[in-house]
Amino acid sequence: MALLKSGKFVSSLGAYSPYMGVLPIRASSWWSEVQMGPPDPILGVTEAFKRDTNPKKMNLGVGAYRDDQGKPYVLHCVRKAEALIAEKKLDKEYLPIGGHGEFNKACAELALGPESEVLKSGRSITVQTISGTGSLRIGANYLSRFHTVARDVYLPKPSWGNHTPIFRDAGLQLKAYSYYDPKTCGFDFKGALDDISKIPEKSIIMLHACAHNPTGVDPRQEQWKEISELVKKRNLLPFFDMAYQGFASGDIDRDAWAVRYFIEQGHNVLLSQSFAKNMGLYGERVGGFTVVCKDAEEAKRVESQLKILIRPIYSNPPMNGARIAATILNTPELRKEWLQEVNSMASRIIKMREQLVANLKKEGSTHNWQHVTDQIGMFCFTGLKPEQVERLTKEYSVYMTKDGRISVAGVTSGNVAYLAHGIHTVTK
Amino acid sequence: MSVFSEVPQAAPVAVFKLTADFREDTDPRKVNLGVGAYRTDDCQPWVLPVVKKVEKIIVEDQSLNHEYLPILGLPEFRCSASKIALGEESPAIKEKRVGGVQCLGGTGALKVGAEYLRRWYNGNNNTGTPVYVSTPTWENHNGVFVDAGFQDIRTYRYWEPEKRGLALGGFLADLENAPERSIIVLHACAHNPTGTDPTQQEWMQIADVMKRRSLFPFFDSAYQGFASGSLEKDAWAVRYFVSQGFEIFCAQSFSKNFGLYNERVGNLTVVANDGENLARVLSQMEKIVRTTWSNPPSQGARLVAVTLTTPELFEEWKGNVKTMADRVLLMRAQLKAKLQGLGTPGTWDHITQQIGMFSFTGLNPKQVEFLIKEKHVYLMASGRINMCGLTSKNIDYVAESIHEAVTKIQ
Repeated sequence: MALLKSGKFVSSLGAYSPYMGVLPIRASSWWSEVQMGPPDPILGVTEAFKRDTNPKKMNLGVGAYRDDQGKPYVLHCVRKAEALIAEKKLDKEYLPIGGHGEFNKACAELALGPESEVLKSGRSITVQTISGTGSLRIGANYLSRFHTVARDVYLPKPSWGNHTPIFRDAGLQLKAYSYYDPKTCGFDFKGALDDISKIPEKSIIMLHACAHNPTGVDPRQEQWKEISELVKKRNLLPFFDMAYQGFASGDIDRDAWAVRYFIEQGHNVLLSQSFAKNMGLYGERVGGFTVVCKDAEEAKRVESQLKILIRPIYSNPPMNGARIAATILNTPELRKEWLQEVNSMASRIIKMREQLVANLKKEGSTHNWQHVTDQIGMFCFTGLKPEQVERLTKEYSVYMTKDGRISVAGVTSGNVAYLAHGIHTVTK
Repeated sequence: MSVFSEVPQAAPVAVFKLTADFREDTDPRKVNLGVGAYRTDDCQPWVLPVVKKVEKIIVEDQSLNHEYLPILGLPEFRCSASKIALGEESPAIKEKRVGGVQCLGGTGALKVGAEYLRRWYNGNNNTGTPVYVSTPTWENHNGVFVDAGFQDIRTYRYWEPEKRGLALGGFLADLENAPERSIIVLHACAHNPTGTDPTQQEWMQIADVMKRRSLFPFFDSAYQGFASGSLEKDAWAVRYFVSQGFEIFCAQSFSKNFGLYNERVGNLTVVANDGENLARVLSQMEKIVRTTWSNPPSQGARLVAVTLTTPELFEEWKGNVKTMADRVLLMRAQLKAKLQGLGTPGTWDHITQQIGMFSFTGLNPKQVEFLIKEKHVYLMASGRINMCGLTSKNIDYVAESIHEAVTKIQ
């Protein structure tokens, strides 16, 4: 019997069974040597939270927006768009590999601005992707195959936890440039410039367009200008991750400033966009991947290759979310309503930041908590150390990632005092 | 200067190019027998009545939101989808050694399965494990496994052009000679593109060789219910393999049998020898999903889950599936009758013997070119036609065109 010849299977059987000679195939498995994968550091937090029975528990792990009652929020413009779509009685035919045309166009315009020279000259290609992750992965696969001059991707330190495995699985190497200064809980501008100036030419540099995840620390405009200059000088390829357009400042144009500035300065960037947060379309998986090219001819070639990359992964993208997003972006009243709703979500978060700091002061904390209000977007890098995070989770059932990151979106006027109390207790 | 100056133009994917060409064609007689999507007798896409019903339920349910699904997908979907493949009474399910991973369509399920096998099967990261696909097969099978890193894609004989049927002898011989632990991609039913399936007896022989040679069965089930009109009948091969003690993967697509093409609804069913192994397999598949799409789209899975778990809706769905299958069977019968009536040279029995959406007509590339260019009847270069593209209004024209092609061109 073939199985007996393999040492692997013999060892997996444990103690020798007297029936080995007639052992049915079912007794051993192809998967005996497969290890249990570790839980995802970010999504694993929610799973632990779900298991907790403490009524005061708080989930400040994954970045999903919550209203002031702590509930998921379905945007009104989304519900309206859904109703409009339902009326049209559209079919369910396969989308093209590159996705929904109207969505792709609107997605690119949202990021680049309607007056963008890039769009007017047709020298970019945008494909619909499976939200931000799918976009980054297609981008990574594209670079792995076609950017053969350099294999290194430089991430800011720290960066979103999933960036590293995405690029690694695509066959690229990960390096880092300084970004966050734990002493100030702010931007290490000098450190970033120092590190970037040493990056080998043609390497890929990942930049968070706005609302840096996990720190919430964004460069100021003057700082972005210097970074752009240096990236140009070093001849690096910029790859922007924009998952929070509108969510950072409440203004979509302001949040896209860095991307647009870089393009104006002549960088032909790669860009990943997600509509998970700014349209609340998380589970519908809506995103885009854009490559800014030299000219329209190059864009056509790049497009053809992106399709070749997409086809063996999932053939073509899901329609539902893209249709909703396109309807919102292309219907004037809905677009207006959307901009207001994004603004309110961003405003509520800003308010929670202010209340958290106020409550910490009320608790008598003597630490400097200014970074909580200086930082921007959904996340706040509290500065809490792993042991403090562990205590906060164990003693107060406050769930967050080990790096001290909290999702401010999970804070409400009802629980902000409790949170401040917990943070104060573990940091005093 | 551009970093992308050296990027070559890639060739378009054939089946989509065919549809693009068809769209541009202005001839009023044009017929599209290319891409595999169901069409009504008016040649229109068909959103299943049960799907419309459930969509309405979902849109009106204000308690539903758009939150992220778990990485492995909607639990009710995964569970009910695997049940469809293996049967309500499946002992493997009762023994809790069956799991599902919600994926982006059948392609996504194949992708996750392929990635997993490359990392964890037959050693670690063994890109040298041979992967066998049928000759011919769905053209993206190759693409998926190559993209997952496998370097040794081989073929097993399948279609015998002379007899226009299954090359059973060659099939079994190729399995016999496959290195142990090779991965074998099997079409659960309604083989794409030939429409030729092994009989139950033949499946038993195939399973027998595979067991002896320790080969790994990776089923592609894209047409369950669509082939014969019966879910159980179309799942016979998958269930037989499980009953024989195989650990399997089964990539399920709900694109065709639910008509949910663009919602990308698929499920990778994993059958392991016990729950403990299963848990570890699923945990590793989570890692793969996380760097590919993080978590799957919610809409389509909800639709399927609600339908499969609500008795009246489930019955209604089965009825809708039978409607589609029956129309295809009718077109098969009529096409054969018309070709025979015209006295078209050759035998046309294979048209009614084959099953599912596709028929391998046996037309050669020159005849295919003639049909496209001169008659504006679009089909794949392989001679594959999508029976769904036939309607009571165009079947005469198509039969006459085929007749012309066969008599004029050799």
